[in-house]
Amino acid sequence: MKILVPVKRVIDYNVKPRVKADGSGVDLANVKMSMNPFDEIAVEEAIRIKEAGNAEEIVAVSVGPAKAQETLRTALAMGADRAILVESDEDLEPLAVAKILKAIVEEEQPGLVLLGKQSISDDSNQTGQMLAALLDRPQGTFANTITLEGDSITVKREIDGGLETVKLTLPAIVTTDLRLNEPRYASLPNIMKAKKKPLDTKSPADFGVDTAPRLKTLKVSEPPVRQAGEKVEDVDALVAKIKALGIA
Amino acid sequence: MKTLVLVEHDNTEVKDATLAAVTAASKLGEVHLLVAGADCAGVADAAAKIAGVGKVHLADDAAYKDMLAENIAPLAAKLMADHDAFVAPATTTGKNIAPRVAALLDVMQISEVMSVEGDKTFTRPIYAGNAIATVESTEDKLVLTVRGTAFDKAEAEGGSGTVETVETTGNAGTSEFVSRELAKSERPELTSASVVVSGGRALKDAETFEEYITPLADKLGAAIGASRAAVDAGYVPNDYQVGQTGKIVAPEAYFAIGISGAIQHLAGMKDSKTIIAINKDEDAPIFQVADIGLVADLFKAVPELTEKL
Ligand SMILES: Cc1cc2nc3c(=O)[nH]c(=O)nc-3n(C[C@H](O)[C@H](O)[C@H](O)COP(=O)(O)OP(=O)(O)OC[C@H]3O[C@@H](n4cnc5c(N)ncnc54)[C@H](O)[C@@H]3O)c2cc1C
Ligand SMILES: Cc1cc2nc3c(=O)[nH]c(=O)nc-3n(C[C@H](O)[C@H](O)[C@H](O)COP(=O)(O)OP(=O)(O)OC[C@H]3O[C@@H](n4cnc5c(N)ncnc54)[C@H](O)[C@@H]3O)c2cc1C
Repeated sequence: MKILVPVKRVIDYNVKPRVKADGSGVDLANVKMSMNPFDEIAVEEAIRIKEAGNAEEIVAVSVGPAKAQETLRTALAMGADRAILVESDEDLEPLAVAKILKAIVEEEQPGLVLLGKQSISDDSNQTGQMLAALLDRPQGTFANTITLEGDSITVKREIDGGLETVKLTLPAIVTTDLRLNEPRYASLPNIMKAKKKPLDTKSPADFGVDTAPRLKTLKVSEPPVRQAGEKVEDVDALVAKIKALGIA
Repeated sequence: MKTLVLVEHDNTEVKDATLAAVTAASKLGEVHLLVAGADCAGVADAAAKIAGVGKVHLADDAAYKDMLAENIAPLAAKLMADHDAFVAPATTTGKNIAPRVAALLDVMQISEVMSVEGDKTFTRPIYAGNAIATVESTEDKLVLTVRGTAFDKAEAEGGSGTVETVETTGNAGTSEFVSRELAKSERPELTSASVVVSGGRALKDAETFEEYITPLADKLGAAIGASRAAVDAGYVPNDYQVGQTGKIVAPEAYFAIGISGAIQHLAGMKDSKTIIAINKDEDAPIFQVADIGLVADLFKAVPELTEKL
């Protein structure tokens, strides 16, 4: 089986995003960018499946600017076998990304596509579900644990009330949640080796996908800022404050 | 505009999250509901009583019993031929189903809508709520998920909608439900509780978390939440996580105990009315957003607080 892992280059999770003064977006100039943390989890899971002998090849794919090559090299250094960059300088919406991924899936025929449940930049939480719909395949979103058995995959999902388990017929789409695994760090020798692994570059036009945006961003603004309140001296003072709020 | 709101339910009861979605939908136009489930006529009757509801579309089929997206999405997409906007609560159920509906309709979804600014214009948080985007759809149909804390709940009673049975679209046959492990609790539900007591990594382990956080929450009739660090370390189940990638809460009072205040955590609770923080580090970022802060060792302060309340 082949596993396809879409990885997105996003603002590093340790960086506090700043809104541009002209309200046109978030300032990403000179900001540290990294692989979306949920996608690291997806790459890690793919590697574990391969290590367990249940997959032969892992293909990482990113849709984004030329710099997304770095993100793909990270995936290769972790253990992916080859990479595809679909180069685009526009901010593609999840629907457009899903359409590009669909075309790649049709070409590559993976048994499993492992995506992040959401990117920490746009927080859309859509791409995996859309890809599954476009391919008319089953989806296991917010995966906490996955088990492969024959031609099916069992996915334990993190849901609002606890956990839910579904069984899907392969080929399937799975999106990762935080508890699926703890991703490894790439070792230095593997980072060196990754430089020699194949990385193909394509463009959205190669797939004949219309990527025109469907949404217009009218403005991006700062949320209301919370002011720090006061610090109280001791528990008695805290009790008095809480009682004044009328909640106890 | 005619909207179709996805009713979240367990085949017996309408879940509260539906009510905020109804309020959002009513700002766009006529409100129709979709109740898809198995043996769920009672849910449809209850849903018809929600204030402001016109028609309830009831699809009763074993294929819909467990809300599998593979089965519900084609049904919703079909009904969208006669509706202009599909509206789902931004719960794990809504987030699982709505994008699938959107893709079937070839429409871009707008996620986690916080306000309705016009027929096709909405605000939504991006970058963990560090920025708010105002977006306008250029499409004929809309697909939205709605943030529960951003809209008042519609009244559960007082409406007089009519229930209409719709044909099922059957079972896609590619997925099946296996089991569900739901945390049983007498406590208020985390996302709708008026008081939330959350604990962080400082709580050490599951026993210590229970020993210190639970009595305080009991005293306050509060729901219990946690930081990701506390969930990852196994102190509490995953559905306790508050934050960018967990649950969004906005209670009257939020207690952050032994939580540092990482941006991902703040994203889930900074719209709380009053934030109360207990942390031994006076420079912890949580104090930058807390209305009331106590710099103290929680292992001393929390039992004392519980006793004195
Ligand atoms: C005002 C505004 C400004 C923005 N500015 C920028 C910007 O400067 N730079 C920027 O990068 N984004 C920016 N975005 C976000 C951009 O539009 C998103 O890429 C797009 O909406 C996809 O959403 P998502 O990544 O949240 O999807 P999600 O559905 O949350 O992503 C889920 C998963 O899908 C996969 N995936 C998603 N996108 C890709 C991809 N491109 N390649 C491979 N896999 C992918 C990943 O596995 C990911 O974990 C901006 C958005 C807005 C509204
Ligand atoms: C992709 C991604 C998504 C994430 N999503 C979320 C999310 O949804 N929600 C979330 O919460 N986090 C999330 N995180 C994690 C987040 O970045 C932080 O790591 C996490 O919130 C830290 O949890 P904490 O505050 O409990 O732990 P810490 O940061 O370790 O803080 C513990 C605090 O306890 C205090 N303390 C220690 N001992 C005592 C004592 N005896 N008395 C009083 N105070 C004490 C310390 O001073 C410290 O401030 C995410 C991270 C990533 C990468």
